[in-house]
Amino acid sequence: MSVLVYTEISKGKIKKSSLEAVNYGAKIAGMIGSDVVAIAFNADDSHLSEIGKAGAKKILSVKENAFKNLDAVALSSAIEQAQKAENAQVILFSFDATGKSVAPRIAARLKAGLVAGATDYPVINGNSFEVKKNVFSGKATAIYSIHSAIKVISLLPNSFPVQFSDNTAIVSDFSVNLDNAKSRLIVKEIKQLSSGETVSLPEAELVVSAGRGLKGPENWGIIEDLAKSLGATTACSRPVADMHWRPHHEHVGQTGVAIRPNLYIAVGISGAIQHLAGVNGSKTIVVINNDKEAPFFKSADYGVVGDAFEIVPKLTSAIEKFKAGTN
Amino acid sequence: MKILVAISNVPDTTTKISFTNNDTEFNKSGVQFVINPYDEWYALVRALELKESGKASLVTLMHVGLADSEATIRKGLALGADDAVRVNAESADAYFVAEQISSYALANGYELILVGKETINYNGSSVGAMVGGLMDLPLISLATKLDVNDNNVYAEQDADGGIQVVECSLPVVVSCAKGMAEQRIPNMRGIMAARTKPIKVVEPGPSEKLTSIKSFALSPGRTACHYVDSNNLDELVHLLHTQAKVI
Repeated sequence: MSVLVYTEISKGKIKKSSLEAVNYGAKIAGMIGSDVVAIAFNADDSHLSEIGKAGAKKILSVKENAFKNLDAVALSSAIEQAQKAENAQVILFSFDATGKSVAPRIAARLKAGLVAGATDYPVINGNSFEVKKNVFSGKATAIYSIHSAIKVISLLPNSFPVQFSDNTAIVSDFSVNLDNAKSRLIVKEIKQLSSGETVSLPEAELVVSAGRGLKGPENWGIIEDLAKSLGATTACSRPVADMHWRPHHEHVGQTGVAIRPNLYIAVGISGAIQHLAGVNGSKTIVVINNDKEAPFFKSADYGVVGDAFEIVPKLTSAIEKFKAGTN
Repeated sequence: MKILVAISNVPDTTTKISFTNNDTEFNKSGVQFVINPYDEWYALVRALELKESGKASLVTLMHVGLADSEATIRKGLALGADDAVRVNAESADAYFVAEQISSYALANGYELILVGKETINYNGSSVGAMVGGLMDLPLISLATKLDVNDNNVYAEQDADGGIQVVECSLPVVVSCAKGMAEQRIPNMRGIMAARTKPIKVVEPGPSEKLTSIKSFALSPGRTACHYVDSNNLDELVHLLHTQAKVI
């Protein structure tokens, strides 16, 4: 028996959310008395060593060009084969783009119960796992019981700490038979929108976001400066993306990207319920708005009432001063 | 080419959520239910556009739910879907719903199956990928653009921080996200026509119960907002460092 964890490399690095999943897997393995086995695709030695430090006892290393575009059909087939080879009782993913297309596919094929977007460690109750996740777009949580023999869980990114040890995993080459997994899906082109330097929104721990209150795209410099001072990723509200002031991939909210960073700073965003649905999982929310009646203040931890064009640059200087002091 | 659009019946976004029966059930009383926005604005409207441009012959709505969701199905018909099928069962979990969709789509020759990227009540993003797995079809997930030419589907999908342009032959499952189409409002003619459009009711096939919800809890609200004077931003930085511990 084992706990199998899918890990992913993005822009040359192991995703932080994958390491969260390996860590989570180690915790479950401890509870049920089994081992954590990670599966990695086209990983190099440094990736493998990081997965080991996050707690994997063993890594199935797959080197195969067919996985270059993370095709869901091919990945599902590979993970199914790994599940059989390792007799995995639990399969873990991150609840990100790949996790959303692969975890349910495998769950359905193995008739395994799935909890998508877990926010806590499972409670083991006989043969069932009880796992918490957010429902109603973050307005509530639910405890799901998984009754099936094999259990699939995908983890909400940024919900679990990653602890590293000096553990080294046993790496074993794993060859996958893809005869029955020829996908008809062809990737023609990948347009990379965000610059390679910043962390993508779903993975970001610090996010600075702005809305219509900024009056126009030409004023985004102060937002970018604030983000830079913190090492944060920039985001925006829906109207801003709809008016093409900012690219669509920066739109956070119910119809855009849902995020849960440690710190979310919202500048000139009124806080419509649809926006809150995408950001209310943030650990700490700071709202800067010149309208003291803005509904967002009701969902904020810290609020500053006043003109964003004055406050944001002053906040940037205050952060730079703080950073200079701590270094 | 026939399109099957799976729609879910969900509480309106602005609903105040509460639970009953010792926090084991969602309290439906007084709640306004709507078509799940992703299913309606993107999947259904795009399906209707494909039919209007002659690329699809039929748009069928598929819903798993009890008779009380009929108003939601009628709204979809008023928007322009040709007909609907309702599987007469409470939607137990994503796997149950995916099984019902797969078996109906397979038996009735649907080549393009559209679902919203997630429902706004259970937020699982799972049904589309499960249907793909059960029917052994590829899934184009989180698609923001979709077109069909002859036997091929062309789509753009969100990948982490980027856009992936893909092509796939039919049949295929597509999960639909913002950007694919614009929301429509049903007109009077559509509403009148919807009254006489057929809603076929079928009983569910056998299914295993893989998961169930044990209990619900409301998310703890935030404690009152701590206001910081706009002339004292050093204090905000200090609070973020020492109290919130996020920087």
